[in-house]
Amino acid sequence: MFLYVFRRLLTAIPTMFVIVTLAFFLIRVAPGGPFNQERGLSPEIKANLEAQFGLNDPIWLQYFNYLKNLLHGNFGPSYNLPDFTVTELFANGLPISVQLGLSALALALAVGTVLGIVAALNQNKLGDYSVIALATAGSTIPTFVIAPVIQLLFGLTWKLLPIGGWGDGAWINKIGPILTLSLPQIAIVARLMRGSMIESLRSNHIRTARALGLSDWSVVVKHALRGAVLPIVSYAGPAAAALLTGSIIVETIFAIPGIGRYFVDAALNRDYTLVMGTVVVIAIFTIAFNLIVDILYAFFDPRVRYD
Amino acid sequence: MAGETILSVKDLRVRFRTLDGVVEAVKGINLHVDAGETVAVVGESGSGKSQTMMAAMSLLASNGEASGVVDYRGKNLLTLGKSELNKVRGRKISMIFQEPMTSLDPLYTIGNQLMEPIRKHRGLSGAEARAEALRLLELVKIPDPERRLKSYPHEMSGGQRQRVMIAMALANDPDILIADEPTTALDVTIQAQILMLLAELQRKLGMAIVFITHDLGIVRRFADRVYVMRYGEVVEEGKADELFASPQHDYTKMLLAAEPTGRKAAPADTAPILLEGRNVEVEFRIGGGFLAGPPMLLRAVDRISVTLKQCQTIGIVGESGSGKSTLGRALLRLLPSQGMIRFGDKDLSKADRAEMRPLRRELQLVFQDPFGSLSPRMTVGQIITEGLLVHEPSLSTKERDKRAVEALLEVGLSPETRNRYPHEFSGGQRQRIAIARAMILKPKVVVLDEPTSALDRSVQKQIVELLRKLQADHDLSYLFISHDLAVVRAMSDYIIVMKQGKIVEEGPTEEIFGAPREAYTKTLMAAAIDETKFRQSA
Repeated sequence: MFLYVFRRLLTAIPTMFVIVTLAFFLIRVAPGGPFNQERGLSPEIKANLEAQFGLNDPIWLQYFNYLKNLLHGNFGPSYNLPDFTVTELFANGLPISVQLGLSALALALAVGTVLGIVAALNQNKLGDYSVIALATAGSTIPTFVIAPVIQLLFGLTWKLLPIGGWGDGAWINKIGPILTLSLPQIAIVARLMRGSMIESLRSNHIRTARALGLSDWSVVVKHALRGAVLPIVSYAGPAAAALLTGSIIVETIFAIPGIGRYFVDAALNRDYTLVMGTVVVIAIFTIAFNLIVDILYAFFDPRVRYD
Repeated sequence: MAGETILSVKDLRVRFRTLDGVVEAVKGINLHVDAGETVAVVGESGSGKSQTMMAAMSLLASNGEASGVVDYRGKNLLTLGKSELNKVRGRKISMIFQEPMTSLDPLYTIGNQLMEPIRKHRGLSGAEARAEALRLLELVKIPDPERRLKSYPHEMSGGQRQRVMIAMALANDPDILIADEPTTALDVTIQAQILMLLAELQRKLGMAIVFITHDLGIVRRFADRVYVMRYGEVVEEGKADELFASPQHDYTKMLLAAEPTGRKAAPADTAPILLEGRNVEVEFRIGGGFLAGPPMLLRAVDRISVTLKQCQTIGIVGESGSGKSTLGRALLRLLPSQGMIRFGDKDLSKADRAEMRPLRRELQLVFQDPFGSLSPRMTVGQIITEGLLVHEPSLSTKERDKRAVEALLEVGLSPETRNRYPHEFSGGQRQRIAIARAMILKPKVVVLDEPTSALDRSVQKQIVELLRKLQADHDLSYLFISHDLAVVRAMSDYIIVMKQGKIVEEGPTEEIFGAPREAYTKTLMAAAIDETKFRQSA
């Protein structure tokens, strides 16, 4: 197992290299550059800026310089937010996005799993139909509708929650964004769980457990549930990577200083270094969570062996 | 040996609510089980024999419902509350199933699964239950039981898993053991071992056994009494020996006569050689990959030579994993292989896909699973004429349709079936469709990979007769792959016995059956001997 993890971490290096290389050249293929949008920028100043950031160097030199800096843990300065380095931007924003994402994921897994089990045990009955209706609503109503509705009801009408802002991390400020992030996830997890639980309950070894006179609790929880959570585990990996790296919609609507908005802003502004930083962070999260999923799989299912 | 009646089923009805309306699977049957006796419930698929016992144990699928009375020692199991019912299930009446590969929970160790019902029903401590589990594994003769307690199901073979199932079922010293096709999914030699074990345990422990089976060999060998079921009704019941000696109902007579009979004569010595394989070898790579080391090589077919003449049928026998299907596919170049393969005067060994394509019409294949091998979204007509589109593209739609009608008539299906979809047909009819799909191309060689294994005995017999007629009409050569010795004997004039990718023994059918030389062949024969004897007496 240790060897397997080591091997996976080793294979992550070429993967990261390919991702970084692709991103580096792709963003430069896009027309324009970091200093093109600034109005009234005299050609001399623009040339100065470009020289300062090494943008006049041949592209291969820029690429190798970037790789060298990256290996030293240096993401470089942000071109459009010149007061900050990319590292500083992430140091400030990432903990916020991770906090919201993790909470939303935990909530989604807890609520979604329970709803899914309830639905599976009441298949084609009222309990099932209510969960399906809820799940369909949850996955069809977009976040940019849910968020303002939450602000409107809880913030303006009932005055229970602040309308937005981070409030230095006060818990009451987090409720709105977490709810918004988790609702669609709850819907997806509940539907996945329902399907895999129904399949699990139909399997032959469940029939065996029933024929042996085991209690419903043992049949459902010990024998059916453990096999049924595997699809949830596979879903949760990529979902975690996406949730923890922030959501532009939620962070914009609730005015949260996370990193979700950087990806879009940076790409639009051709803020090369910030785009690269975001790509690297998302890639690391994705690779890490996929590895965690595979390790969890071995934990849940003894048939999975890594060696 | 028989004592008081402990289980009696009265006017049991089982209905399933389906999209096509309510289906009545069991239509008011009566049966009873006495202490210590062995009862067989016999019938073909769809006869309701399994659903009868599932209903008795309240194990019906969620869309099923049962009515009537299932009386176990004065309690009606159908109306018993869940917790009362669970004092009977697994304690007084227990059950083993057809699918040993999937009937154990893959996520828990054997020890854990064995101990759970023991602790539940008898309230033993962990250590006591563990000792009991160990004793049970010894009882069912699992080697190295101490280690096996910590094994997971996937680490055991099908036969061993079925032994574990039996151990679980016997854990609480039940009155009745219901065995639902307990050996159907196992190889013949393993089948014999499991049946011997059940008989021995019954002598030792004295429980009654209810065999649900389609296999008359089992019934004849083990059952005291028999119920014959068809379409959800009991058509005949009685003592086993009486029923075999003088069956009353036509259906019973038909079942008893359904063993395939007849022998195939060898082709003339001068018959031309059609398909020839020399030192054919197939290797599979297992595992391996980037940073994972070299793959493991598994030699599925190990230097095998086969010569198939015109009008000949070579039977390839062997247990699962012996490489018999792989050999069939390698000879048709559906798998990469080493060695020389000739078809007529063409060397196939080096032929690539494009070169093989025109030859495919003459080299056809029929699969075991008539449910999985026909596309559910195509009509029967489309399925059987698809090959013509490739091999005879010049045919007009009308001509293709004419060929489809001919092919369907040839396999004994009505021409109207060509506008219907596979799911509307039974297993036997589907296998006829699969055969029509091969025959429409007028092939020379057909590889038949377990073509009758998924079918009931009476249907098997019809398919065997159809294949024989087609062979005689068109001078076909067959490679007949099967683990079923009775069918192989009726179909083939030459037999190859395979084990672990190698030929153990080969020769003309009568020599192999009459005087097997190798120990392995003898074991195979002994395992199937009852069937053979039975066929001779019937």
